Amino acid sequence: MISVTHLSKAFGTHRVLDDVSLEIAKSEVVCIIGASGSGKSTLLRCMNGLESYDSGELTIEGRSIRKDDRDIHRLRTEVGMVFQRFNLFPHRTAIQNVIEGPIYVKKVPKAQALEEGRALLNKVGLGDKLDAYPAKLSGGQQQRVAIARSLAMKPKVILFDEPTSALDPELVGDVLRVMQQLAEEGMTMVVVTHEMGFAREVADRVLFLDQGRILEQGTPEDVLKNPKNERTRDFLRRVIHAI
Amino acid sequence: MFSDAFLNDAREFLPILAQGCWTTVKLTALALVMSTALGFVLALMRLSPYALVRWPATTFITVIRGIPIIVQLFYIYFVFPDIGISLTAFQAGFIGLGIAYSAYQAENFRAGIEAIDRGQIEAAQSLGMRYLLLLRRVIMPQAIRITLPPYGNTMIMMLKDSSIASTITVAELMRQGQLIASSTFKNMTVFTLVALLYLTMSLPLTVLVHWLEKRFGRR
Repeated sequence: MISVTHLSKAFGTHRVLDDVSLEIAKSEVVCIIGASGSGKSTLLRCMNGLESYDSGELTIEGRSIRKDDRDIHRLRTEVGMVFQRFNLFPHRTAIQNVIEGPIYVKKVPKAQALEEGRALLNKVGLGDKLDAYPAKLSGGQQQRVAIARSLAMKPKVILFDEPTSALDPELVGDVLRVMQQLAEEGMTMVVVTHEMGFAREVADRVLFLDQGRILEQGTPEDVLKNPKNERTRDFLRRVIHAI
Repeated sequence: MFSDAFLNDAREFLPILAQGCWTTVKLTALALVMSTALGFVLALMRLSPYALVRWPATTFITVIRGIPIIVQLFYIYFVFPDIGISLTAFQAGFIGLGIAYSAYQAENFRAGIEAIDRGQIEAAQSLGMRYLLLLRRVIMPQAIRITLPPYGNTMIMMLKDSSIASTITVAELMRQGQLIASSTFKNMTVFTLVALLYLTMSLPLTVLVHWLEKRFGRR
């Protein structure tokens, strides 16, 4: 479904993405791990055209995704994105955040958007917070609204950019549970994360990115338990012992 | 506080000064609309990713900010006819003030837009929003809140600076005051009234700004 071939990007002499190739199937959950600066967020952001790349190809269902493409706005409606810092619209309530895209981008009738929006907020456990402004919600609640907001567009894939990194530890679980539920329902998901527990439990495949290259990939079992590459072992040691 | 003579003179002068007030209000309102619209476009140009769009706006703002308003008004009123553009004093007045203030408005708007978290724009883009929709639904509502307090100050400054149009014979409040004063020599009475009238007109603006700040500033 998502096809990345020989993707490269450089800032000056620094290679952020170095000949990355990757296929992601429908309903697959792929976790991307790696140190900060390894290029994992950049790779993810290329997938909905928030970031440009210098060479290579990136397609979703056969259609090319490029930041400066004339059609990128339409393509983005099919690719959801959940950000590390939620990025909810602070001047709109939870339900208004969720229906914003359907109403103004997809021209869904308001009554229908509202009904679907309520159902989505219910689904992420926030049925009682419809009219709350983001400032009144905890980080975990905001992130679940953000997930509902991206689901409201009925995307074919959702990209998660370190969705729990800005959360207090006790709020991480609620967000991960919602993500796990989505995975079980068959949503295609690409998740940049430091949550090794989530990667182990939910991912179909784990990629380890280092200096813009995919150094290792495979099932969570392979990559997280029996990493072949020394750098992967080194990274996992540091992540696990950091706690 | 005020003597009988003052009150008698005031009764005589006020109808004329009131006409001046009305012209001042019209002048300020038109200049405000013009500077807001032009300032907004300039701000967007300044924020453009394309140097070819940014550059003219930057140059325009730099030039306009570097020339006194009174010189700009003289230029429009007295020099433009030489190149075939003849305007009435009132037209020259509000266009001049509008252009002069657009530079300040532009910088104010630009600061307001730049203060918005970059993540807001990315979130809107990832919902598939195009530039104009993103501007209307995400940037503007947030930028307005940031921009309102300085915008209020600009409105009040503009009301006062509209008195500069008296120098190109626009019959606004200051001009009417000068005319009465030079024919009656009652400088004290006339300019006290003029000052009080400017103050009276600016007070509702102060209240309005305060109300707008509360209205948009909540949450």
